[in-house]
Amino acid sequence: MSHDLLVRLILLLPLTGAVLLGVLPLFMPALRKRESLIGTIGTSMVVIPFAITVYLFASYGGDPVTVNYFTWMQAGDLTLDFAYRIDELSLIMTLIVTGVGGVIHLYSTGYMHGDSGYWRFFAYLNLFIFAMLNLVLANNLAVLFLGWEGVGLCSYLLIGYWYTDLENSAAANKAFIVNRIGDFAFLMAMFLIFSELGSLSFDVLLSDAASVLSTDTINYIVLLLFIGATGKSAQIPLFVWLPDAMAGPTPVSALIHAATMVTSGLYLLARMSPIVLETEIVMAIIAITGALTAIMAATIAITQNDIKKVLAYSTVSQLGYMFMAAGVGAFFVAIFHVLTHAFFKACLFLGSGSVIHSMEHVEHDLEHEGEDVSDFDPQDMRTMGNLQKYMPSTGWTYFIATLAISGIPLLAGFFSKDEILFKAFEYGYDGNTYAWFVWVVGIVTAALTAFYMTRSYYLTFMGEERWPMADKIHPHESSWRMTVPLWILAAGSVLTGFLGLPAVIAHGEWNWIHHYLGADYGGPVAEASVAGHVSLPIEWALIGLSSVIAVGVFFYARNVYLSQGIAFDESLKARFGGLYELWENKYRWDDFYNNVVVEALINQISRDGLAPFDSKIVDGAVNGIASATQESSSLLRRIQTGVVQNYALALVFGVVLVIGLMLFGG
Amino acid sequence: MEVALNWYLGLSAILFSIGTLGVLFKRNAIVLLMSVELMLNAVNLTLVALSQSMGDPDGQLLVFFTIAVAAAEAAVGLAIVIAIFRRKLTVDITEINLFKF
Repeated sequence: MSHDLLVRLILLLPLTGAVLLGVLPLFMPALRKRESLIGTIGTSMVVIPFAITVYLFASYGGDPVTVNYFTWMQAGDLTLDFAYRIDELSLIMTLIVTGVGGVIHLYSTGYMHGDSGYWRFFAYLNLFIFAMLNLVLANNLAVLFLGWEGVGLCSYLLIGYWYTDLENSAAANKAFIVNRIGDFAFLMAMFLIFSELGSLSFDVLLSDAASVLSTDTINYIVLLLFIGATGKSAQIPLFVWLPDAMAGPTPVSALIHAATMVTSGLYLLARMSPIVLETEIVMAIIAITGALTAIMAATIAITQNDIKKVLAYSTVSQLGYMFMAAGVGAFFVAIFHVLTHAFFKACLFLGSGSVIHSMEHVEHDLEHEGEDVSDFDPQDMRTMGNLQKYMPSTGWTYFIATLAISGIPLLAGFFSKDEILFKAFEYGYDGNTYAWFVWVVGIVTAALTAFYMTRSYYLTFMGEERWPMADKIHPHESSWRMTVPLWILAAGSVLTGFLGLPAVIAHGEWNWIHHYLGADYGGPVAEASVAGHVSLPIEWALIGLSSVIAVGVFFYARNVYLSQGIAFDESLKARFGGLYELWENKYRWDDFYNNVVVEALINQISRDGLAPFDSKIVDGAVNGIASATQESSSLLRRIQTGVVQNYALALVFGVVLVIGLMLFGG
Repeated sequence: MEVALNWYLGLSAILFSIGTLGVLFKRNAIVLLMSVELMLNAVNLTLVALSQSMGDPDGQLLVFFTIAVAAAEAAVGLAIVIAIFRRKLTVDITEINLFKF
């Protein structure tokens, strides 16, 4: 089949699913209860595109394929095609989006069982996939932006899915509004690019930009693109929406965090990598922002007790790693980490969903027994413990993914994270001093990652049962619809690492992802060239260092949490004092935003500065015109007596006047 | 004796003015219509007089049109007056002010 038709199908199937599931049940209420039908349609509309993508991936010949549907708009110099592009980068991203997305759909069919908005949920999910596919398959920035805004909208819909809860609506608003700030910068970048180059198409942009544009222009463009990316990919200072986004159903968290929305900022940078590489200053900004985000989120994650919040901050932290990779010019490694992260983070999120699901059953049973459950939080790790015994599948997969993200050797997270650290080291070795900072922060963050993830696993799945009436009430393993996806993702968490073996092991030959994406091999993703290569023993030493840190911290955390359980958090608190409190309060970012940005800047300026202007001058002008019209019309109204004779009299006077003028006016 | 043209025009002006005053100041709708007739006939008189004096029959031709239109106007006008009278039991036009804002 032609590529044209296949790309059309990939895009249209999720859209069709969204329309079918979103519209039909509106008019046919009987459909709303048909869960198996809805789930089948919703899932297959993502799985079929995945199969098609696999076919495209297998038959891809190495030349980018452009699929042009129609001219979207034409005005003056601006010509925008509705065009899509298949190349190595978009293929990998599409595989992640539809593959992991499909698994999450399958999981959702079980997780959302019994929810009154089942159809609505799947319509949103399919729409989300459609928007994300638009984003990764676009062949110009405008179509990409369409998908970019689309995932923003869908995240709003999904985070606020349980919209009757005020807190959830607020979280949805927050995600949307914070993202708008980044989107504004992205738009500015697009305008700048168009005014300088006269085109938004990737073909023009990536081949010409570096030679045509001045250094300053490139700096501004890349900086604006990066600010756009900080919104979607949750970097300092725009990450605050992401932890709150936990308000949505857990599969949504998994989808947003692992496979789709948050990776889009990074995808944008990777797609733009040929021009990003042109600007040293902004690359340093990107790398340092990534490093600070990584360590900041990792320290917060240590103090969280909500199982999903730990994972949320972990995502922010891992995204920081990806930006570190981008900032040291290793974009293919960033995409590699996107790939491995998609698997283990989705696995962790879905695992936490499975845990929450069964803890909700515990809550339900407790209520049945007449227990007071008003303080019971099914997401609080302090009321869990020993779940491995009751939910072995969930426990084992969560354990595997925990090992993977902690960087235990031979699992996926080890290879991708170690590669990032190695690239940072190599870049620093090559004379870029900021890369040393990135490297050190990366090492510390790796240790923190291993610590908080191990803590999360042992608090949840090991130790003693801490929920009330634990001897009587037991949680249960979830249905196959939820455990099968977990095992698929766990398998990915083990295997995907081998797609990017480090050069020292594979002698540069087996690093498939580098060969596939790297510009050296004809791929679309540029990379920084490094002059002085690190010697082999140092490479081995670096790998050894990260292995030792990961394994060491894992066993340390395992021991303290096995022997002391949640009590260990108290000793941490005692040891770190004020710092721990700062972590617990998330570095007071939200307070900062509320006090400075919302209260001082926005409320003060709008209340004291703009509101009087609005009410006096703008409203005054509008109301003034209206009342002037009213006044003058009330004068004229008196002439309109409705008596014909009055009009006739006026006519006669007029005639007399005209005749008089003709006779005597000269 | 020959009647000068100015006499005709003078009479016509007087008749027209009486008609105009009637239209402007009478309250009875029937009288109003009659006043309109008077104004039309004043114009007819002017037309005929000028036609005669200039030896051109066009003016007399116009008079036929005027008479035809006046007949139509009287028919429609009276019909309206009757219709209004049936509804409001009056032909006083100051009472008939449906269009007043």
